[in-house]
Amino acid sequence: MYDKAKSVALANMWVAFASFFVAIILGLYQVMNRSGLFPEIESHQLYFASVSTHGVLMGFVLTTFFVMGFGYYTATTTLKRPLWNKGLAWIAFLVALGGTVMAAVPLLTGKASVLYTFYPPLQADPVFYIGATLLVVGSWLWCLEMIMSVVTWKRDNPGKVVPLAMYGTTANAIMWLWTSAGVGIEMLFQLIPWSLGLMDTVDPGLARTLFSWTLHAIVYFWLFPAYIAMYTILPKVAGGRVFSDEMGRVAFIMLLVISVPIGFHHLYMDPQQAAGFKFLHMLGTFAVAIPTLLTGFTVLASLEGAGRLRGGKGLFGWIGALDWKEPIVVAGMLALFMLIAGGFGGMINASYQMNTLVHNTQWVTGHFHLIFAGTTVIMYLAVAYHLWPKLTGRRLASRGMAVLQLWLWTIGMLVLTLPWHVLGILGQPRRISSTPYDSPLVEQWGPHEAAMVVGGAILLFSALLFVLNLLLSHVSKKMDHVDDDEWAVAVYQPLSVPKPMNGFALWNSIIAVWMVIAYGYPVLQFLILDTHGSLAWGY
Amino acid sequence: MHIDPLEKKWMYVVGLITVVMVGSMTYAAITMNLHPPSNVETIDPKTLHLSGEFVEDNLGVTKNADGSLTVRMIAARYSFYPQMIEVPVDTNVTFRMTSPDIVHGVHVPFTNMSTMVIPGYVSEVNTRFVREGESQFLCNEYCGMGHDYMWSKLKVVPKG
Ligand SMILES: [Cu+2]
Ligand SMILES: [Cu+2]
Repeated sequence: MYDKAKSVALANMWVAFASFFVAIILGLYQVMNRSGLFPEIESHQLYFASVSTHGVLMGFVLTTFFVMGFGYYTATTTLKRPLWNKGLAWIAFLVALGGTVMAAVPLLTGKASVLYTFYPPLQADPVFYIGATLLVVGSWLWCLEMIMSVVTWKRDNPGKVVPLAMYGTTANAIMWLWTSAGVGIEMLFQLIPWSLGLMDTVDPGLARTLFSWTLHAIVYFWLFPAYIAMYTILPKVAGGRVFSDEMGRVAFIMLLVISVPIGFHHLYMDPQQAAGFKFLHMLGTFAVAIPTLLTGFTVLASLEGAGRLRGGKGLFGWIGALDWKEPIVVAGMLALFMLIAGGFGGMINASYQMNTLVHNTQWVTGHFHLIFAGTTVIMYLAVAYHLWPKLTGRRLASRGMAVLQLWLWTIGMLVLTLPWHVLGILGQPRRISSTPYDSPLVEQWGPHEAAMVVGGAILLFSALLFVLNLLLSHVSKKMDHVDDDEWAVAVYQPLSVPKPMNGFALWNSIIAVWMVIAYGYPVLQFLILDTHGSLAWGY
Repeated sequence: MHIDPLEKKWMYVVGLITVVMVGSMTYAAITMNLHPPSNVETIDPKTLHLSGEFVEDNLGVTKNADGSLTVRMIAARYSFYPQMIEVPVDTNVTFRMTSPDIVHGVHVPFTNMSTMVIPGYVSEVNTRFVREGESQFLCNEYCGMGHDYMWSKLKVVPKG
């Protein structure tokens, strides 16, 4: 038996889900405040401190710790050996946790109400920037752990195929190193020295350009584990096989290569970058839809195979034949449903021209909640249900409650995000705490604002069921001897794959060239242009 | 490498979807000259109010020789100045905006009058309003505690 690093995986998961639960409570408060239906709780100070904390907890803390915890489990159980350096995994955990606690203090005391996108020249307490940076530094140690685990495994197993789940995890680690460099440069060369008073001014044009470098691919850093679970856990639990192992690798490679050099779709409306570069990034943005379309196909085909093996007949009979009592199967189908719905919205945001109509409206909030809080987080929840017995050695307290919880999560997310899409089309800006505009539009917004409060309440209830289930399982006396850390095999399990599909050297050089083209001049232009920095502003 | 025939068909479909979408955007960009606001023009946010294009007397609507209009506005906590803009319907309008303080965004709902306003840079938007009536410029980027109150009026009036 090898050491499966269960305790470090579990520690990461608990930090992830505790943050998730706190953030959901804030989320419900925010929709209540914003709806205007509860005038007694309305406060701009509290609202924007809450939005900042909600964003950091969901976007940075839940995701990073979940990715790390799931990565340790994946590395040990797919490679069937201990981590390369278990001590490093604990150091990564402590650094990231220390950073999170540091960032939480100014966030919760209203000293960092700059939202999770930072928005210089708004200036937060330096402790916030340093804490957030440490969280990222912790994740870099995780990347090193993943990469070295696979490198040493390959050295000891020459010619063997890296298991698909670990191939995807390594792709994510490498992608995250490329991705987080943008925000890392912004922090180290702009925000931290400026907030410490070492620099008088900051250039928001440069800061936004650097942040855009991180802002798109970070979403794929969050999404990767969801896709990995869909490819390599879901088919097995559903009673089938992966439709294609190779297509999974192709999707992971495309996500790795394409998702970093396309961040300018977040800057379409920004004056400091030229149209040509925005157009170039738009081309890449549509290319990055390809791996998602391939994933949707492969996962559905794998589930169809499972449904047919279970006796499903006809065009759609296999859907009913799936095991709808199994949490991860339910989550997988619901996640794909939300991905398809949210994907259409994403195409509009990504459009070079149409984005103008919805940019920074509540439509955008609706879109990313559907894709992130919907598709991605529902898979995190389902993976937690799947892993809990393996990590704690105890039986899941209630599978029925888990399935109910996942349905409620989807329903809540739809009740929350469909009105948001409508509000956005009706012109409502995102990131407002109330709607004091003297405009007939405000009356049209009313019913949709009421709906989002209902959505928020359903989501909080669903999250409560989730955390309760994990807690009850963790302290339960019912032992479970699940040691079948088996991953799904493919219909045609490859015995060998071409070298580029087993490693990353080629892909790293392609990213390097593409990044020079996509971000080289756009960053260097700030040295050439006659730019004027901005002084610091409070909020 | 093993590729299932069904998978191959799906890859063609995916390719077709991508080509159609990217093709229509490229077509609109080239033939209709539809691009997002991207003029890459710098300005010193600390001295805007002292001299140059954005001093108070220059703000508002100016008529150009070719009949088009230029509208100069400042986005500052917590309004757009001047706070009331009146333009005729079906007329080419160029907005030029900048910020003396922090990042703002501006959008007139249901139109493509939309841009970020970043201190240190001048934003330029070319548009025409096709519907008469009163509407609003709404700030759509978080700019501080008064962000919700940041809006101003736009009146689109009959031509002539
Ligand atoms: Cu993006
Ligand atoms: Cu604002």
